[in-house]
Amino acid sequence: MSGFKDVSHLFRFAGLFVIAFLVFLVVRVYVVPKSFGEYGHYRAAAIGEIAAHPIKFAGHQACESCHSDIADTKAKGAHAHVNCEACHGALATHANDPSSMTPVKPDTLVLCARCHTASAAKPKGFPQVNPADHMGGVPCQTCHNPHSPAIGSDTGKGAAAGGTK
Amino acid sequence: MSGVEGYMYPNEVTLYWSVLIVLYPYITGLVAGAFILASLERVFRVDAVKPIYRLALLTALAFLLDAPLPLQFHLGHPERSYEMYFTPHATSAMAMFGYVYMWYLMAVLVFEIWLDYRREIVLLSQQSKGLMRVIYKIMTLGSNNISERSLRIDEKVGWIVTLIGIPSAFLLHGYVGFIFGSLKSNPWWSSPLMPVVFIFSAMVSGIAAVMLIYMAVTKLRHQKIDMRCVDAVAMYMFYIFIIDFSLEMLDLVHRIYEADESFRSLDFMVHTKLYFSQIVLQIFIGTLVPLILLFLTQVGQFGEIARKRIYVLCGSLILIGVFAMRWNVVIGGQLFSKSFLGYTTYKMALVTREGLLAAIGLTILPLFFLWVLLKLLPPWPKKEMQEAAAGD
Ligand code: HEC
Ligand code: HEC
Ligand code: HEC
Ligand code: HEC
Repeated sequence: MSGFKDVSHLFRFAGLFVIAFLVFLVVRVYVVPKSFGEYGHYRAAAIGEIAAHPIKFAGHQACESCHSDIADTKAKGAHAHVNCEACHGALATHANDPSSMTPVKPDTLVLCARCHTASAAKPKGFPQVNPADHMGGVPCQTCHNPHSPAIGSDTGKGAAAGGTK
Repeated sequence: MSGVEGYMYPNEVTLYWSVLIVLYPYITGLVAGAFILASLERVFRVDAVKPIYRLALLTALAFLLDAPLPLQFHLGHPERSYEMYFTPHATSAMAMFGYVYMWYLMAVLVFEIWLDYRREIVLLSQQSKGLMRVIYKIMTLGSNNISERSLRIDEKVGWIVTLIGIPSAFLLHGYVGFIFGSLKSNPWWSSPLMPVVFIFSAMVSGIAAVMLIYMAVTKLRHQKIDMRCVDAVAMYMFYIFIIDFSLEMLDLVHRIYEADESFRSLDFMVHTKLYFSQIVLQIFIGTLVPLILLFLTQVGQFGEIARKRIYVLCGSLILIGVFAMRWNVVIGGQLFSKSFLGYTTYKMALVTREGLLAAIGLTILPLFFLWVLLKLLPPWPKKEMQEAAAGD
């Protein structure tokens, strides 16, 4: 018995490990989500939660059915393949019921610069400018029609009101 | 875009691994190094480094407690970081790190320190008063047995723990190198030599740190620095440094000779963006100068004061050099484009969560931990014991 007495403190330290391990196992039961691992190394319930999110984007076909004038203008210009909601933001609520909300007009200084600010990382052929030097203190839409941005391309009657004046 | 030269893919322009990710391998490296120094006394029975043994262990513990903090600051959602350990994935090196870390912290460092201090802890739990008494009481884990035989057993067990500790320290730090070395997509990192180089530079930096801390603490306590000990430490530091240096050169020669498709781009980077941190700081100031100085102390005859000064200078340069090495690995690996056609710039923030101030704070924090540990578990013998021991 005295033989054990002199090593008993070591068992006490080992006991710490056992306790820590048990605590780990118990906590694990509580913090690991129930559906974890059902399909793979993730929480299966996440799929349902994500699917339940309300849809925020309407898609360009929806916009075009009402704003056909703008759709026509846009189809002829360089922004033909830029989606309406890439500039206007998610507008499903508006498309479902236009009277429920009127979209705010985008701030072109932020919007256009996001895609067109010159950067060495962009392909050479992509139109890019240094906004501060280029715009001369007036908003982009003073000279460019956002829906058909080439200069002088948009004097038709379908042009956006913000085009060249 | 400012700071970009040539062609960068859009997702390469900003660096995601900041100065904190530089700090993290640096600090784990100091832990590994300090521990290896301690094991010199324990396992290899190098008597000269005895005065530094406990200080080295406490330093290792202080830095180990700090090591995961840079990662927590780096995470967008630190409060979720524990999830990785509750549902670990076998392919996640990061999750495995958590286990290695816990193992190293509890089974190696804390256990070894506990065994080594058990006698003092029990005595202190009987002598001290108030809150400290409670703390020491808890630390005894309720066992007051400090019989001759139990202490001898502790000694043996401690030896085994240290023996296990050496590969564990290698594992802990080797893993950090592994994380970089195993990224096959990045030619600056991807190299099987990476873990090895990391371990050896870790040892050098850890030994340098403990040496400096020992000299500083001894000065602050108005005690005499044990030159036999410091000389021995410096000698080991020198030898390990030579191995470290040869490994790094081997890596370099290998890269130059292999000259794969990334070489021109990386070579250009080393001569431009990384010139100061790699060539000047890491190789010249941080490696060659201290190596030559240490070499001189090994062959020449210097007075005590001169040796002390040289050691302090070398130690500081080594710490700077190894930090620069981590910097060049972590930051350097993100400065060039995968297209090998362009380079970006790292802009360090100042007061953000991952900025310079956070980095400085996290570097100073372990010294505070160490201060607490030194108060709690003084590594130097008590006054009366010291006088008794002065005879031998
Ligand atoms: C059901 C028809 C309909 C659909 C679908 C629709 N809109 Fe509208 N939109 C309208 C009407 C009507 C107005 C005028 C409402 C007003 O002035 O309050 C309007 C106004 C706007 C305005 C604000 C005009 C201004 O003068 O400020 C914008 C911008 C706009 N829509 C964009 C879009 C986009 C983008 C989409 C596709 C996501 C879209 N709309 C889908 C009918 C529609
Ligand atoms: C979502 C990104 C995006 C945004 C936002 C955007 N553009 Fe564009 N822009 C493009 C693309 C894509 C092209 C076509 C590039 C091509 O043809 O290679 C383009 C082309 C252009 C052109 C060249 C036209 C031509 O015929 O050469 C101009 C001018 C232009 N945009 C101006 C603007 C202005 C002004 C705004 C703000 C109202 C803007 N862009 C916003 C993506 C964008
Ligand atoms: C004062 C009028 C004016 C304003 C304001 C203006 N632009 Fe322009 N922009 C021009 C003219 C003129 C051209 C040249 C058209 C050409 O060369 O065909 C041009 C050309 C461009 C081009 C094409 C460059 C190329 O290499 O093909 C882009 C992109 C562009 N502008 C974006 C912008 C953005 C973004 C803004 C707002 C920050 C803006 N512009 C504001 C007048 C203007
Ligand atoms: C390149 C970005 C861009 C795209 C793509 C874009 N718009 Fe716009 N749109 C704008 C900007 C900018 C304004 C605001 C102009 C202003 O302030 O004068 C605007 C204004 C409008 C308006 C307000 C009325 C007007 O004529 O000023 C409507 C409606 C509209 N857009 C609908 C659409 C629809 C529908 C689409 C898709 C077919 C679309 N937009 C695509 C940038 C864009």
